[in-house]
Amino acid sequence: MARFSFLEWPVIRQLRSSDSLGRGEAVTSQRTREIAPRTATADRVVQSVCPYCAVGCGQRVFVKDGKVVQIEGDPDSPISRGRLCPKGAASEQLVNAPGRQTRLLYRAPRATEWQHLDLDTAIDMIADRFIAARRRGWQDTDEHGRRLRRTMGIAALGGATLDNEENYLIKKLFTAAGAVQIENQARI
Amino acid sequence: MANADCIVIQGSNMAECHPVGYQWVTEAKARGAKVIHVDPRFTRTSAVADRHVPIRAGSDIVLLGALINHVLSNELWFKEYVVAYTNAATIVNEDFRDTEDLDGLFSGYDPETGEYDLESWAYSRREHDASGTEAGSGTTDPDDHEHREDDAHADDYEHGADTSERAAGHQYGSGGPPIEHPEFESDPTLQHPRTVFQILKRHYSRYTPEMVRDACGISVEDFDYLARTITENSGRERTTCFAYAVGWTQHTTGAQFIRAASILQLLLGNMGRPGGGIMALRGHASIQGSTDIPTLFNLLPGYLPMPRVGMDSLEDYLDSVSSRTQKGYWAHADAYTISLLKAWWGDAAQADNDWAYSYLPRLNGAHGTYQTVMSMLDDEVDGYFVFGQNPAVGSAHGRMQRLGMAHLKWLVVRDFSLIETATWWKDGPEIASGELRTEDIETEVFFMPAATHVEKAGTFTQTQRLLQWRHQATTPPGDCQSELHFFYELGRRIRSRLAESTDERDRPLLDLMWDYPTDEHGDPDPEAVLAEINGTHLTGPQAGRPLSSYTEMKPDGSTAGGCWIYSGVYADGINHAANRRPGHEQGPNAPEWGWAWPSNRRILYNRASADPEGRPWSERKKFVWWDEEKQQWTGQDVPDFPVDRAPGSPSDPRAGGAAGLAGDDPFIMQADGKGWLFAPKGMVDGPLPTHYEAQESPVDNPLYTQQQSPARITFPRTDNLSAPSANAAGVGVYPCIFTTYRLTEHHTAGGMSRWLPYLSELQPEMFCEVSPELAAERGLEPYGWATIISPRAAIEAKVLVTERMRTLTVGGRPVHQVGLPYHWGVGGEAFVTGDAANDLLGITLDPNVQIQESKVGSCDIRPGRRPHGAELLALIADYQTRAGLTPETSNERVTDPGTSGAVGGPAAPGTANAAGIPGTPAAPDTPGTETEREG
Repeated sequence: MARFSFLEWPVIRQLRSSDSLGRGEAVTSQRTREIAPRTATADRVVQSVCPYCAVGCGQRVFVKDGKVVQIEGDPDSPISRGRLCPKGAASEQLVNAPGRQTRLLYRAPRATEWQHLDLDTAIDMIADRFIAARRRGWQDTDEHGRRLRRTMGIAALGGATLDNEENYLIKKLFTAAGAVQIENQARI
Repeated sequence: MANADCIVIQGSNMAECHPVGYQWVTEAKARGAKVIHVDPRFTRTSAVADRHVPIRAGSDIVLLGALINHVLSNELWFKEYVVAYTNAATIVNEDFRDTEDLDGLFSGYDPETGEYDLESWAYSRREHDASGTEAGSGTTDPDDHEHREDDAHADDYEHGADTSERAAGHQYGSGGPPIEHPEFESDPTLQHPRTVFQILKRHYSRYTPEMVRDACGISVEDFDYLARTITENSGRERTTCFAYAVGWTQHTTGAQFIRAASILQLLLGNMGRPGGGIMALRGHASIQGSTDIPTLFNLLPGYLPMPRVGMDSLEDYLDSVSSRTQKGYWAHADAYTISLLKAWWGDAAQADNDWAYSYLPRLNGAHGTYQTVMSMLDDEVDGYFVFGQNPAVGSAHGRMQRLGMAHLKWLVVRDFSLIETATWWKDGPEIASGELRTEDIETEVFFMPAATHVEKAGTFTQTQRLLQWRHQATTPPGDCQSELHFFYELGRRIRSRLAESTDERDRPLLDLMWDYPTDEHGDPDPEAVLAEINGTHLTGPQAGRPLSSYTEMKPDGSTAGGCWIYSGVYADGINHAANRRPGHEQGPNAPEWGWAWPSNRRILYNRASADPEGRPWSERKKFVWWDEEKQQWTGQDVPDFPVDRAPGSPSDPRAGGAAGLAGDDPFIMQADGKGWLFAPKGMVDGPLPTHYEAQESPVDNPLYTQQQSPARITFPRTDNLSAPSANAAGVGVYPCIFTTYRLTEHHTAGGMSRWLPYLSELQPEMFCEVSPELAAERGLEPYGWATIISPRAAIEAKVLVTERMRTLTVGGRPVHQVGLPYHWGVGGEAFVTGDAANDLLGITLDPNVQIQESKVGSCDIRPGRRPHGAELLALIADYQTRAGLTPETSNERVTDPGTSGAVGGPAAPGTANAAGIPGTPAAPDTPGTETEREG
């Protein structure tokens, strides 16, 4: 730290500098001057959209060393003009939250705890179960012999927080499989 | 909204739930616009509005109907607009009977099925060779051979189908059912007693300011202020905008709430104009998109309906969607459907196999999320995928949701954290109460961690239909995957397991177009999926080029496209959803930021912003107009009309589709080109919004003997009991009304907020809001505990005593309302947990859209914490016994006049249905739906 100097008293600084009201540089400490915002040290800035409500506020995602370090409002957005609400402003924690799960978990029938399972194995297991449930719940026709060509053994719920492209593939796959019980928050 | 002169926010707490969007309301207010908030609670929206009008939850149609009556009785409607652009002058079938005639029922009601036959609501047909005023009654002129040939199929279908099927709303896409002939009787003087205009006048004649006072608890002075403000701010020079959210949709009459506002806005000439309209404030980032490209049982992409049983050929199906002779763009549904089938099944879809139409599964009833939960309880569902959703907390009747999941063989939950839907088997409320034992639960649970919005690229569609592309910032950590990646991979593995199959039922999976370019992690390219949704020319000189608009889609297999309304988002091979010209470099419409469906149009039906001659209604509200010199429509937006159709062009009755539109038919998706004050088809519970009380209401319907909507979908089961209504015995056991809502700092069932430290700290625990009067009456201590008991559950919450909740005087009696945020749930993983308000809810649905009534229910409230274990179940059972609940309670379809104290309509007892039909319990699986607005 620099040697003490009367010239560094905040009130003197305030009078000496152009910051006569003491709202800016005159009242910042050495430490404040030495730190930089994460937005300034990021390697990249990526344009995104807030994932909470349907206003669709623009976000700027700041990335450093492959990690998201901050998410801010995008002033370019004609919808939000740079603003975010408490949820949108907290969305960096959605990515880096301590409670976020990044490992796949499996609970066996009657088990009292989770166990870890390899992702590839899990997808294989789900594919097998999908085919079996589809077969078990299959209905070729109704009670009058009219064509149904569907399965009632599989259901799904979700989609309002997903991308259009994701919902499109889900609807396409389920419909081709004959699985009609597919629903989302839009009903709720 | 920024262009509005008056904004009425009703059924929404916009400032808290859409805070950043609210800046545009603030802008309007800063320029002098009036803002009025109509809501049971005083919220931060009320605080910044010019006036808060407190209303009893669920009584909105009385208020809106009274506003309609006010506008009609005082000659305040926008005459030129209404006569030219709405169906006010159209004459309705002589068999039609109104709720005024039948004491709360419309003609066509079948008390056995609880459904309406819509036949008598139809427009009266003009006899072709007659002078034009002679009444027809829905029959075809036998001499008009040419016409009969055009319509042979539609007519056959219409008259051949059984009426119960026809009444089910889930069977139609957004265009509603077809109206097969564009020529109907009309009386432009609006004097004929069967004109829509006169029917409307009679229907709302008893919806008066005094009725509003008695039914809604709104003072006559508040009503006068509201009525004066919206009418002074409507007309040529000024526009009023309505905004709503799930405060309107989550009712057994939710779709009719919105219809009532539409009627009012049409009468005031506020549709299709800047600063006008009705803003649906949707609650999730892409909930609009997930309706457009639906993960919904009753729809295919672009609001095309799923085929129903009995539609054996593509022609049967298309005839149910639209008539090729009707006006407007739904007449081209064949091009949209065949392009979709080509996008899904490619070369396997050919003219000689009906474009693989037979590959589509068929519906034979409603298969909504609540019916599915009941199927789970019956062990009919083996596997359940839940992605980005938390039904154990977020869906109505949480207990039924969790018990249903305990019957599954397997459950896949895809989310960021261990939400309650993933952990109910170890720490849910039913484990605590002893109803379930972890060691007995057979369900296999896969928890799959999901990628966040910054770890994948793709589009969200926001609440104004705007698609915005998100660029990928980082790769997903650990086992996290996007849904795109997971479902693509799942599909790939399913297809490879079935590759050798010769079973015909596997053909749709094996012939499916499922090749997408992938990156080094096997993640498919979302832009390739967007390009498929947009569509492509398959043959001809443009083969391989992306479609530039849905108008390029053809019914001959020469085009493919996954969602017709999104066609154009990838025009010229450019991802227009990623357009990002900064807002400050553009005008207020900002057309170069994102892409709005359809055709990057920002205000729908904007032809109505000009007068019938094509001139702006006023300089101040100029938006789209006819350019005489260039002979085309022009203006500040993409015109929502055939661009060269001159204002005075007559309608060609022989031409269907866009070609059939007259120069003054602005409502281009309606079969007659007009805005519908009266809905001759499409709504299954009535052509005009009518006030019915909620499924559970301590208030007697003051307008009709009929207490609740007779077409609502009920599930009379011992695990879905309802509180007694109105004057029935036991109504005092659950004397209060509760309503549920969300807070700024949390998101729905908490999956994206209760695991975040910042947000959890801002709103750490479950509470209830009560008025000082209720607190005094029940001895509720501020910041102490209260137990809230409904016929389904008992929960506890901290007490917030506040004047924001008003005790209203309804029908001369005080009615207490309890406010409950619904973000918390019982589990062991979140930073903050608490009892779930949605556990209190029962399941009764709006028949148009199958949305549950979760904005109003009956409860009791008492001080102190709730008991645990068996004592909790005993408390709930004790209330049920004291109220004398059975599955039939409040589930009568037609109210027995003996139990009603209603003043009733002018109908004499004994005429038609109302007095004569005994209450009949509803079947548990009554079908119904369409699709619309959530939450």
